[in-house]
Amino acid sequence: MGRYVIGRLLLMIPTLLGVAILTFVLMRVVPGDVVELRYSQSGSVSQDVIDRERHLLGLDRPLQEQFVVWMGQVVRLDFGTSLWTDRPVTEEIGARIGITIELALIAALIATLLAIPLGVVAAVNQDRWPDYAIRVFSIGGLAFPSFWLGVLMILGLVVWFHWAPPLIFIPLWKDPVQNLAQLIWPALAVGYRYSAVATRMTRSSVLEVLREDYVRTARAKGVRELFVVSRHALRNSLLPVVTVISLEFAFLFGGLVVTEQVFNVNGLGKLLVDAVAHRDYALVQAIVLIFSFVFVFVNFIVDLLYGVLDPRIRYA
Amino acid sequence: MTEQAHPAIAHDAEEVARRRWLEDTTARRWRRGAADFIRQRPLGTAGAAVILLMIFAAAFAPVIAPYDPYEQHFTGIPLPPSGEHLLGTDAFGRDMFSRILFGARTALLVGFVSSIVGSTLGLIFGVVGAYFGGKVDEAIQRVMDVLISFPLIVLAIAVVAALGPSVGNVIAAITIPVIPRVARVTRSSGLAVVRMPYIEAARSVGVQAPRIMALHIAPNVFAPYLIMLTAFLGQAILLEATLSFLGLGVVEPDPAWGNMLRGQGMQFLDQAPWLAIAPGAAISLAVFGFNLFGDSLRDALDPRLRTA
Repeated sequence: MGRYVIGRLLLMIPTLLGVAILTFVLMRVVPGDVVELRYSQSGSVSQDVIDRERHLLGLDRPLQEQFVVWMGQVVRLDFGTSLWTDRPVTEEIGARIGITIELALIAALIATLLAIPLGVVAAVNQDRWPDYAIRVFSIGGLAFPSFWLGVLMILGLVVWFHWAPPLIFIPLWKDPVQNLAQLIWPALAVGYRYSAVATRMTRSSVLEVLREDYVRTARAKGVRELFVVSRHALRNSLLPVVTVISLEFAFLFGGLVVTEQVFNVNGLGKLLVDAVAHRDYALVQAIVLIFSFVFVFVNFIVDLLYGVLDPRIRYA
Repeated sequence: MTEQAHPAIAHDAEEVARRRWLEDTTARRWRRGAADFIRQRPLGTAGAAVILLMIFAAAFAPVIAPYDPYEQHFTGIPLPPSGEHLLGTDAFGRDMFSRILFGARTALLVGFVSSIVGSTLGLIFGVVGAYFGGKVDEAIQRVMDVLISFPLIVLAIAVVAALGPSVGNVIAAITIPVIPRVARVTRSSGLAVVRMPYIEAARSVGVQAPRIMALHIAPNVFAPYLIMLTAFLGQAILLEATLSFLGLGVVEPDPAWGNMLRGQGMQFLDQAPWLAIAPGAAISLAVFGFNLFGDSLRDALDPRLRTA
């Protein structure tokens, strides 16, 4: 197991390096560099000033040299300065990442709490009305864009409760109730899709296990149906469900990019969209890199979880 | 065990199906396939109906639309739905129904072009990797691994950030994340095909590699290719709407469902909710239709992937 973990970790290095190269190159494809962008508003500046600035930022050096320098900084978690606010990128991200993580965790919790019971109920009642109702509910979750769901939620809240999206974010440690009241709606909007995917997986996985011989044996020896489902079927059908829930967790960060925009939540996703709008490439680069690294790490952890949850899987 | 038919009967049914297949012409096969699909998969047929309706609306948008989607009538405030304006107007006095119809054009254009181009490029990379194996395959795989390590929307945003927002760049931004996902699937199907004796036979009589890949391998991985393509159609439309909603896709004044929701839909949410409801409903219906059709097509083409 230990050797497997180390092997997998080493395999991740070329992928992460590739991700970094691609991110770096993408942000260098942009016509005009940082210096030009910075001076584009301030009218005419002499070529001399531009050249000096470029030299200062190291932009006149060969691309591969720039990349190495940049990587060296990234490894030390130094992403440079934001071109838009002039504050260190690390600081900008640090101020926002907490909200995004909290939102993701609440959404994941909602999705799991919804998906497992719904999936089991649908499977146990296969092809009867609860199954159809749950299937329609989950197909809807895949079709409704989370941002539209968010808009509809705000509409409902505004019309019925005269609620308005809050302008100031209240951190968890200051007032947990207020904090949750703020985050519950965006979490629901993004959690619905998430739960839809997990519900479908739970349903089909439980259905598969219910056909196994040991389930029939349990029924034959008179085990109550409730126990057959909870002890025999559910337990053995959880592996693919856990996989989907953790894989979707990585996708969740993508969904949050949009939901944060709708609900005006000042998280990492909103920061990314704002950074693109302000053409703040240093910031875009850093956030894209963070999202992708999280994605790669989550996939890695899912692989390891597999072995922990299912002893039949051995690592050679 | 009751579900399993008697082996002899199963064999006969197989034989009948095989004979029918051999006797049929291509046109008849397609017709029969479509008839079977409609009979056996009502949900998929409903999805196909939604898609056809959307294609019809997009193709005949200039004929159906009661107003020019760009034409402004200065009323100052958005008008609610009425007999004159089926879905009301926005604050510029533009007819929402006409804009929704023309928005279908944008959605379908981006959806079809990016998923077809992305899937086809994926197919090419997958088949080339499977056929040549070795270093070529390894190199392709590593690049695909990197591309697949970006969350879909994040990669799309990064591409738009680099290229700037426009219809063409949105198509590129959605195409790129599709490629590695299709390449993976077609490669693994292709690996099984490459080991077939008829590939060796083709090679031994001197057929050139590109011809083998195009005529002997690609047609045999067509089913997974088609499944992925239809799956990505709905995704691509959703992604276009998302990018446009974020202001990183199709921008005003061009009509796209996402940007209609973004600007005035959000701004006049409490006074003119129809501005937000109509485009969102259009996106949902379109994605719903493509998902239903895609799911059923997958079940029909690949029984092993069936989700119970």
